Amino acid sequence: MTARSITPLLLLLTIGAFLLSLMAGKVWIWPTAWFHNAPDGWIFLELRLPRALLGLSIGAVLGLSGAVLQGYLRNPLADPTVLGVSSSAALGGVTAIFLGLNMLPLGLFSCAMLGAGVSILLLLTLARGGGPLGFILGGMVLSTLAGSLTAFLISIAPNPFAASEIINWLMGALTDRLIEDVIKALPLMAIGAALLLTTGRALDALTLGEDGARSIGVNLDQLRWIIVVGVGLSVGASVAVSGVVGFVGLIVPHLIRGMVGEQPSSILLPSALGGAILTLVADSMVRLTPGPTEIRLGIAMAVLGAPFFFMLLWKQRGRAA
Amino acid sequence: MILQCDNLCFTHDIHPALEDVSARLHPGKFSVILGPNGAGKSTLLNCLAGLLRPRSGSVFLDSDAILALPDGQRAKMLGLLPQGAQTHWAITVRALVALGRYPHRIGLGLSADDQRAIDAAMNATDTTGFADRLVTELSGGERARVLMARVLAGEPQWILADEPLANLDPGHQIDMLHLLRDQAREGKGVVTVLHDLHHAVRFADHVLLLHQGKVFAEGPVADVLTSSNLATVYGIDAKLFSDEEGAIQLLIKGKTAP
Repeated sequence: MTARSITPLLLLLTIGAFLLSLMAGKVWIWPTAWFHNAPDGWIFLELRLPRALLGLSIGAVLGLSGAVLQGYLRNPLADPTVLGVSSSAALGGVTAIFLGLNMLPLGLFSCAMLGAGVSILLLLTLARGGGPLGFILGGMVLSTLAGSLTAFLISIAPNPFAASEIINWLMGALTDRLIEDVIKALPLMAIGAALLLTTGRALDALTLGEDGARSIGVNLDQLRWIIVVGVGLSVGASVAVSGVVGFVGLIVPHLIRGMVGEQPSSILLPSALGGAILTLVADSMVRLTPGPTEIRLGIAMAVLGAPFFFMLLWKQRGRAA
Repeated sequence: MILQCDNLCFTHDIHPALEDVSARLHPGKFSVILGPNGAGKSTLLNCLAGLLRPRSGSVFLDSDAILALPDGQRAKMLGLLPQGAQTHWAITVRALVALGRYPHRIGLGLSADDQRAIDAAMNATDTTGFADRLVTELSGGERARVLMARVLAGEPQWILADEPLANLDPGHQIDMLHLLRDQAREGKGVVTVLHDLHHAVRFADHVLLLHQGKVFAEGPVADVLTSSNLATVYGIDAKLFSDEEGAIQLLIKGKTAP
């Protein structure tokens, strides 16, 4: 199977998963009821539609970011959390909740984007002139620091309710998101994704190693800049509206590589589509689980993702070189 | 188009790697950079390729300073085969060779010119037969030829190769040397770092002998690889002689007496 033949198939599956996400829930809403001025129609427009749009876009940018980062670092274990962008955006969001800024319009969102922005600037400064290793180390330091500061804020939360609100938000979910959330996040995710989609050929060139890539005219400084800003904007915005959803960026590029081969440029678009499908389906399943409260999407993804990833590693054992 | 470096100095941390290196390299010649381990051969090649920025001095391609050229333009003229060239993903041989067209490509797909250059490069390196195989499945000799095809596909006027014979068996070493010499005969500039003095003696038109970061001697094989130069630079007891067919050969007898 080639990238060209799989993309239309993934596109169809994405549309299918999007429709499923619009319909599925404690109340199934069939397309005939979507635009009725009745409770089902209201649920559809006010809740299901924003939620499905976010699932689609968040999954897509996570899958795409994972594919780009794995290509850039030439390391199949890289994903957006490696850069520390997710945890920095999360720290921004948690700070907003802690200070009560989330009561203001755009309060939480802008704090989370500020967190992502600071991490981007730090990364670009830390990794300037260094290769991917500096990038990974810088990202790990950032990620650990942001994680510790987040834990610190939780530990000094003024009351249990605040702590629980923070923890709930951190775990990642698409529950009760409004169309305003979509309007805030979508443009930033689109710009970030557009930047990331331009990197395909340079990532292919990195197959030759850094010297090889530079010798055929790849500007590695520019490439790093595009990737950091692209991941920062798209993943930062996704964390700002949905908390941290893990595993998508790690697993999806692996799956796609198994289907279309390893050429970095040919897994970018399929990984975006695959990420969208996985997130939409997982979020639909979360809604369908019985019980009074929903499982958080971030948790569900990890519970589903970890065994799946082990299986993948098991199948690939011995092939790794 | 002459490739020239003037008074190059380069420092790794605090150790001087190149000191005041100047050289003029001519197209149509097979130039070989020789010298013992740590003499600065790879550093010099990477400076010539525009990948390293010397502390002082500059590299010129005719009258253009290499480091002042845009990346794409430099890449069109200089093709580099880096040392120990690796391939990080299991892509197909043809996709890898196509990477050589990177500086020439404008749109999304490969143009007819690109396809023609890729075909020619694969023909020249005898790699057409495994175009659809994955680079990770090739033997060392096959991979070396594929990586050279990638360099040729860019149709550079200069080919810079850092130890292109590493990990090749003697037969494949000779094949690679013939390939490089043919490129020089076609008018391209070829500069390689070699370790094997015998190969240098047989194939080089021009030798640059480095010693402790400086140019120790430069010129044709017979002028540069003299017994006294070889004793000073490598500490070996060796001499050039003409074999029964009249070709120059090198005989290495051993280390020089301390």
